[in-house]
Amino acid sequence: MTFDYSKYLRNQYIPHMWCPGCGIGILLKAILRSVDAMGWKNDDIVLVSGIGCTSRMPGYVDFNTVHTTHGRALAFATGLKMARPDKHVIVVAGDGDSTAIGGNHFIHFCRRNIDINMIINDNNIYGMTGGQYSPTTPPGSYASTSPYGHVEPNFDIAKLAIGAGATYVARGTVAQGLILEKYIKASFAHKGASLVVAESTCPVQFGRRNRLGDPVDMLHWIKERGVAMRKAEKMSEEKLAGKYVMGEFIKDDSKLEYTERTRMLIEKVQQKENK
Amino acid sequence: MSNKLELWGGNDLIAQAAIDAGCRFFAGYPITPSSEIAEQLARKLPKVGGIFMQMEDEIASMGAIIGASLAGEKAMTATSGPGFSLKQENLGYACISETPCVIVDVMRGGPSTGLPTAPSQSDLMQVRWGTHGDHEIIAVTPAFMDEIYSETIRAFNLSEKFRIPVIILLDEILGHLHEGVQLPDPGSLEIVDRTKPTVPPEEYLPFDDRFGDVPPMANFFEGYRFHITGLSHGKSGFPTTDVEEVDAIQMRRQRKIIGNTDQILSNHEYHLDDAEIAVVAFGSVGRSAIDAIDEARKQGIKVGLLRPLTIWPFPEKRVLEIAKQVKKIIVPEMSLGQLILEVQRAANGNADIVGVQEVGGQLIRPREILAKLQEVI
Repeated sequence: MTFDYSKYLRNQYIPHMWCPGCGIGILLKAILRSVDAMGWKNDDIVLVSGIGCTSRMPGYVDFNTVHTTHGRALAFATGLKMARPDKHVIVVAGDGDSTAIGGNHFIHFCRRNIDINMIINDNNIYGMTGGQYSPTTPPGSYASTSPYGHVEPNFDIAKLAIGAGATYVARGTVAQGLILEKYIKASFAHKGASLVVAESTCPVQFGRRNRLGDPVDMLHWIKERGVAMRKAEKMSEEKLAGKYVMGEFIKDDSKLEYTERTRMLIEKVQQKENK
Repeated sequence: MSNKLELWGGNDLIAQAAIDAGCRFFAGYPITPSSEIAEQLARKLPKVGGIFMQMEDEIASMGAIIGASLAGEKAMTATSGPGFSLKQENLGYACISETPCVIVDVMRGGPSTGLPTAPSQSDLMQVRWGTHGDHEIIAVTPAFMDEIYSETIRAFNLSEKFRIPVIILLDEILGHLHEGVQLPDPGSLEIVDRTKPTVPPEEYLPFDDRFGDVPPMANFFEGYRFHITGLSHGKSGFPTTDVEEVDAIQMRRQRKIIGNTDQILSNHEYHLDDAEIAVVAFGSVGRSAIDAIDEARKQGIKVGLLRPLTIWPFPEKRVLEIAKQVKKIIVPEMSLGQLILEVQRAANGNADIVGVQEVGGQLIRPREILAKLQEVI
């Protein structure tokens, strides 16, 4: 049976503005299927974003939606979640939005372990502004601001999140949509700060500058660089150079979630007051 | 009014007034000389079931209060000049998305790190124009403890009523000053909540102008699913680059403030009736001006005071009337001339305007204003 996406979309705003070959559509489908699997109601969800291609997603979905300022989606989302801990707060962001300008909010979101579902569309580039390099642009590759090859090392966003204290962290790819969906679903079911990184494609801004202008070539490139977690454990650092690891890295239900801890604090203070 | 005289500090009192105004969410970041506001709310908010959060930075604090407000909370943050600079982009977001929120700026000397523990009034123009783009803003400037309380209540009310960020502008002296004050019974206060939509969800537009210049505002999660963006948008909230649509919503956002100044402006006027000289001052300098005027009156100098409690929008009509009445206007301020620019603009050449300026990090004392009065008479 085909899945009916229309009940989650603002159909009047389709077709969307993303380029042909862009990975965001696959990610959006994985998100909507996961929402459906969770049985969440549109009214109970807020989708929050910052600025960039990925951040245009909220406009297309029929939830409560906030398209905020560059890098700040998690800050707005934190206010929303704290005000209504019973609701589902999802943040979508690109690699630049979440780990460059929004990097500070990102690590503190992980540290607090607040029940927000962060999903990063990592296409290794600033697409909307014209293909400038981002914190995840692979060293040596070309961008409009690295015309002679990129000289900076890149972030491993998943490791960053684990180090900062996130309690669910997984990485999938838009080349393997069903696995990606599985991770997103698991992150939705998890109570705590969750991150799903979707390795994604930008054939127009990244691909064309790196001999990957054909969307299919880009999907192959995404797949080729991915190494499953179990396999990666046996590989040397040298062999892993230029690759990324896929899998469910952490799923820790033992740590108390932030809104829960806050609720307990308030109860404790109020009990003391009423004595 | 209860008869009990209580000792309050300015920053502490803002925290209490915010709670009495219905504030149940505060997000902030430590910064002198405003930190006591956060410290007090960290103590008080949990007692009333509210949320206190110390965020990772000033920018996050501003974002978090907008998020909480979208979910229906009355929300506040507090900062000083450097932190206020960092908040400016998200402040503009609150303006364009018409999201109610309150920001306290306890001014200190600048630019940059400046004088963290000394007073200044040099954020006046940052408050008005700090965020980019054409926008209106409301800022209130109390000077006494009872005003700090009542203006904080008013700040929340104006913010809810007009769907706009409102700034409570203090300086280091007022933030740290402790005085006796009689507070009203919180039950006697007039508390304003945002106007909710009356149309069914399928007809709801978050920027609908059919109901006047301030569109009704639904809270998230109450069945009215809508879209909020910092991009220029139409009535539906969705982005547009249509020239007429963008122009119409910009003009409405301006009109909702400048078309309602009768509900927003508030001044304290003192001995202006027969005045030949006027003083225009706000905040702690306004208090010095009152003392200076009392002394000057004893010496037979006919001088009066205009002390705006709403500094933005600026009381330009009243300043023009006064400028036509008096020969001279003295503008004392703890900056190198920000308030004086507005007074000059409003007076439009109708009076001689003389500044008394102090930027070393101390209050302008009554005797300095008195000396200027004696000099210009």
